[in-house]
Order: sequence, then structure tokens, then C-alpha cells
Amino acid sequence: MNEPSGKAALMGVVVGGSLSRGVEVRLDASFPVEQVKVGGFVTIQGQANRFFAIISDVTLEASDSSLRAVPPDASDPFVASVMSGTGAYAVVNVLPQLTMSGDAFAMLSGPQPARSIPAHFAPVYAASEEDIRAVFGAEDERHIWIGSPLDMEGVRVCLDLAELVKRSNGVFGKSGTGKTFLTRILLAGILQKDVAVNLVFDMHNEYGWQGTREGGPGVKGLKQLFPSKVAVFSLDPEMSRRRGVSPDAEVRIGYGEIEPQDIEILAATLNLTPQGVSSVYSLVRRFGQEAWLEEFLARENREELAALADETSELFQVLFTLHRRLRTVGRMGFLMPKAPEDAVRRILEYLDRGIHVVLEFGRYGNDLSAYILVANLLTRRIHDRYVERMEQASGGRNQEPRQLLITIEEAHRFLTPAVAGQTIFGTIAREMRKYRVSLLVVDQRPSGIDEEVLSQLGTRFAYLLDNERDVDAVLAGVAGARELRTVLSRLESQQQALVFGHALPMPVVVRTRDYGTEESYREFGFRDAVELMRQAEEDGKDLFGP
Amino acid sequence: MNTIANTTNYTTRLGEVVETSSAAFTVQCYDLYGAPALGALVRTGRDSPVYGVVRNVVTSSMDPGRRPVARGQDEADEEAVYRSNPQLDKLLRTDFQATIVGYPDSVGTGMRYGLPSQPPRIHAFVHACAPPEVRAFAEDLRFLPLVLAGAAPEADEVVAAFLRQAASAHDDSQAFLMKAGRQIARLLSRDLQRLNAILGSLRA
Repeated sequence: MNEPSGKAALMGVVVGGSLSRGVEVRLDASFPVEQVKVGGFVTIQGQANRFFAIISDVTLEASDSSLRAVPPDASDPFVASVMSGTGAYAVVNVLPQLTMSGDAFAMLSGPQPARSIPAHFAPVYAASEEDIRAVFGAEDERHIWIGSPLDMEGVRVCLDLAELVKRSNGVFGKSGTGKTFLTRILLAGILQKDVAVNLVFDMHNEYGWQGTREGGPGVKGLKQLFPSKVAVFSLDPEMSRRRGVSPDAEVRIGYGEIEPQDIEILAATLNLTPQGVSSVYSLVRRFGQEAWLEEFLARENREELAALADETSELFQVLFTLHRRLRTVGRMGFLMPKAPEDAVRRILEYLDRGIHVVLEFGRYGNDLSAYILVANLLTRRIHDRYVERMEQASGGRNQEPRQLLITIEEAHRFLTPAVAGQTIFGTIAREMRKYRVSLLVVDQRPSGIDEEVLSQLGTRFAYLLDNERDVDAVLAGVAGARELRTVLSRLESQQQALVFGHALPMPVVVRTRDYGTEESYREFGFRDAVELMRQAEEDGKDLFGP
Repeated sequence: MNTIANTTNYTTRLGEVVETSSAAFTVQCYDLYGAPALGALVRTGRDSPVYGVVRNVVTSSMDPGRRPVARGQDEADEEAVYRSNPQLDKLLRTDFQATIVGYPDSVGTGMRYGLPSQPPRIHAFVHACAPPEVRAFAEDLRFLPLVLAGAAPEADEVVAAFLRQAASAHDDSQAFLMKAGRQIARLLSRDLQRLNAILGSLRA
């Protein structure tokens, strides 16, 4: 293990550097510089330790400064090949991430974070498949593979799901980079390994029954892969039926369930003034939590509103505007004065039985205020129940509830610094695993998310991001952020992600595994009808004889 | 692999050492204009051989006080000058200087690159090295700094000439030149102009 395998190609030798900025490797003349790719892995054979490092930069250097001014006659292949690798050479910057010492104890405990660097002239090798396996482990009851390192098809980078779900996580990237596909992989992995129970606020109806794929047929959703373990809830059953899907349950929310803080979070999307928000509180004082919205929306003409303004000593204009804005909320089809059943109770029932819940928004997915309202309202109440139960469990009166992972999209809309303090998602992200609820934040503008929330994310999956501030936000608080930045900005526009954080021993750029092919479904344990039939026949034969 | 011992031959004797020092020796050729080519590898003596690379060839009057005079005004061509003046062979001499680059190790099978503890003696016989011997010597090029240390740009030409001859003694001369070029590129990494000049004449 401590010896580089025979296949590994010598890349160069260490010639300088530091732990904080990374180690400089002078590229061997025989190693083509174009094969050195940012984000790739190398191993460095130190005297006692073996280091695993990630390539963060490549520089072209010349031994003599006059080479820049008077380059040799490069049209002559002889001169060019003599000069390359000798007078003109490349320096590769690598960030040592892990070490593994040779003794047996270290081999049992696995790679440790690098707190030292190799000495001068330590040989550097391109990482082999065995190296990757040694670092990222293999698939087992708590690991799934999420993809392959660059240029190493067939090598699997595994993620510790049990560790992943303990903390909140983020999937970031521009639109169209593959966030949704990765999220599906993560969710399917969590389902397959049964490390937590999922609640997905599925804005664009991507995860439940069927998802979309650019320029191709749709892909199977979680319900198709794990029919008995997933329940699809819908806010818009009509649309679900139009798509040929029958949801397991409809979600209806009563007016009485909407609390002032739900409206407060909507202030930005509904364009409410602070006065408007504060008048909601006086409406609640006047009519009570159960009735305030129904009563308020019932006052449809100016006179009634004017009378109400007098009663609550609010300004008429404020109430008038608020009324107009809340009418759009009231018109959302899933809201009704009295809900036929308690959606939260129903969802919790499923979650308690270990059944994962995908809440499809149907056409309300395009209405950001509907998404924010429902996600926030349901999560707040589910979280309350979790807190209650955890407290009971710590008093020994109850079993701890299952770890819950809540997936939310467009998170920058309701985890902005302005409202993160008030929303339940901010609370969950901050209090972390205390109450066994964590978030999976899927977003394209990480810079819009409150710093405090971002800093608490355990594992981050970063696809290509163009905006400087988004890149900064994703890398905030990470060791070697400056170097990883180069890696991040050089990702391909699809299916390549930089993954780093608690669920992995070291940052890694992966080409994420496929999702959407028959083979990929089988990897998650899916069997199609024909196979199931055959299996049933064989089982029959086993039982009753041929 | 050819060892030094079995590639050595003593047939082509060129002349005798007439001046010697730790770093170089001067050879007087037996024949007028009988010097080996610039950059050629030569070997002195039989008992304690020393290898040198020809770096400078001089033909001058035997007697330093008597300068040659022009004699060919009425002759048809240059050869005729020598035919009409057979004494010239005795009045003129050809000398060459060689930079010492190595010597066989005490066992006689390997090569030590660098300077011997004693330079060759005066009157040591000097032989030209045949291609197999050149090839065996040029297996390792760590002696190149000794030659490169001479005054530029002549030294650079000497190096290039030596390498061209060594390359032609190799079956895969391109591979040898590539290896040699890289070695020189490392040695002259701080002086790209010299490097470029040498690489340019290596091709020629």
C-alpha cells in the first residue's frame, strides 16, 4: 500500500512550496504537460508517509529569463523537444490533503488529514485506481459512489451518506450543470442505503414520478425506482393526473395554519412593506391565529377595510395594499379556509414509517411565493414536532425520530441574510444535527444565501459557477480556498462537480455518475417488470419445484 | 555493451604528446596536416591511457623564428606548391590540442570521466579512437562541462562536433542527439544563447 503501484507514472519531483499554498512539483520531461489537469489526483511518496494531493494549478517556467524574450526556434522539432522539460518546464501546484504512513496501525485507521508536506525531491505520481480506492473506500451499507475522478472512468468515488445526512449540505451550480441529476443520485442513494428519511420540496416536479432531461426522454423519479418506499404528495393533483401520475396524497393548507412569520418571509416576493408585515401581527391579535386570514380576505370592499383600519389602528393604505397582496396568496388553489386534513400529520406519519415524501408543487412550482410559503410552513411545523420528540427522547420517554433530510430548491430566496434569521431553514442549518433534521440546499446563487448558513454546510457539491461572488460564497471557510477556486472555475459546464466536506476525506472533482440509463437504475436496485416476472417464476420454481 | 578494453585499437597512431598539463595536452602529428577532426576523441599511451577531445589544430613553422613565405605565385594550383617544395613537409608541423575528458578505470573495463591524477607523459603515443570506442565512451556525457568550460564560442563548436561524431557511431543517432541535447540543456539552462547555438550546430 505504501509503495506506488507499478502502473503509476512518475509525474515529477517536489521542488518547493508550503502546506498553506501547496507544494510545487517540477514536471518530469517525459510527462506531457497537457495531461496534467486541474482537479486531478497525485500521490507523493515521502520518506515515511505517502501523501494524497489534488492538482490546483499548472505553470510554465523557464530556467533562464531570456527564454521569454528570445524563444528558441520551436519550428525545429529537435530543438523544441530538447528544450521542453529542460530549459522550459512546467511546475504543477498540488495541495496535499491526506497522508498515510506505512505502519499497520495507520493502514487500519485510513488516511489522515495532511499536517505536513513531503521533503524536497520526493517523487510525485499520478494517482492510480488503487490510490483512489484507498482514499474514497468502496460501496457498502453507508457509502454510495457519486462519480469518477477526471479521466478515470471506472474508478468510483464514494461518499459517506451516513455522515452526509447528519449535517446540512449544499448542491450549487449554474442552471443546466447537473444539480438536479446529482440531487436525484443523492436522494436515491439515501433511499437505497436507508440512512435517513427524505422530505423533498419538489419545485419543478423533478424527483417524484418522473424527471426531465435536456434533449431526451424523461428519467425515472424516486417513486418509480422505489415504489414502496416513496410517497408522492401533491399540491396540484390536477396537474399530477394530467401527467399521468396519481399522487399518494393531496396537500391542502388551511388559512388558519398561516402564521405572521410565514407572511414575513414572503415580504420580498410579495413586495410587502415593513408596515404591511407589522399590520399582519395586529390582524392576528384582532382575529386570532385561526381566523385572521379568512376574516381579512373576507373584507373585500373599501368600507370594510376602512372600518378594520379604525379597529386595529392601522393605516388604511397599508391594509389596503396588504389586502391586495394577500389576495394573490388566498387564490392559491391548495389554500382553503379549512383544510380537510392535517397535511403535516400525514407527512409525519409517512416519515415515521420510513417512507420518503416528495411534495410536488405542480404548477405552483412557478410561483415562488407558493413554494416559499408551503416549504416554510410545513418545515416549521415538522421541525417543531422533531424538537418535541427529541426532547422527549432525551428524557427517555420516546425513541429518537429518524434522521430527516429536507431538500429545498431556490434556497437563496429564503435564506437571504435578511430573512435567514427568521426562517426555519436558517434555524435548521444553524442548529445542525441536534434535532436530527438537516437540509439539502439546491441552489444556483449561493452568494444570496446567508453566510452563517453557508458556513454550517457540511458537504458541498459545486458545479460550474460563473459569478465571482458565488464562487467565493461556496468556498467560504474552506482550507486552500484560493487554490480550489482555480479548480472550480475550470469545471466543464456539465456533469463535473467539485465535492468537498465532511462526507469525503478530501476535495475531489468528479464526473458524476449517470442517472437515467437502464443500467443506472439497476445500480440503485431497480428491476423492470420483465425481470421481476422472471424472478417471480424462479422463486416459484424454488418453492414448488419445476 | 562494448567495454573500453575490447574497443581499444592501436592501429591509427597520430603522433606524440609534446606538451602536457592536467587539463589538456598538445600533440605533434607525424604527418603534416595529419590531425584528427575537430571534436574527435583521441587516446594517449598504452600504460595509463588518457582520453582527450580535439579542440584546436595548429599548423605552423617547425622553427618559430622562420615564418613560412608565399611560394605559389607561378604555380597552377595549391598542390603544385607542395610538389615543387618537398622540403615543406620537414619545415612545417601540425599540432593539435586536446581537452582531457577521462581515463579508463583501474580494472580497465569502465570509464572514469574527469581528470586523471597525472597528465599523459611527453612522447606518449596518441591514437585516434574508432567508432566503437567513441560509442562506448559517449555512453555517459558527464564530461561535457570540461569541454564546455573552454572559451565560447569555439568550445561550443567542439562540443557539437564531438556529439555529431559520436552520434554517427550510434545506430540510433537521433536518440543519442536527443539525450545529449537534453544534457546540454541542463548544463546551459542559464545561458540559452549558447544552448541555442550548440543545438543549431548539432543538427547541421
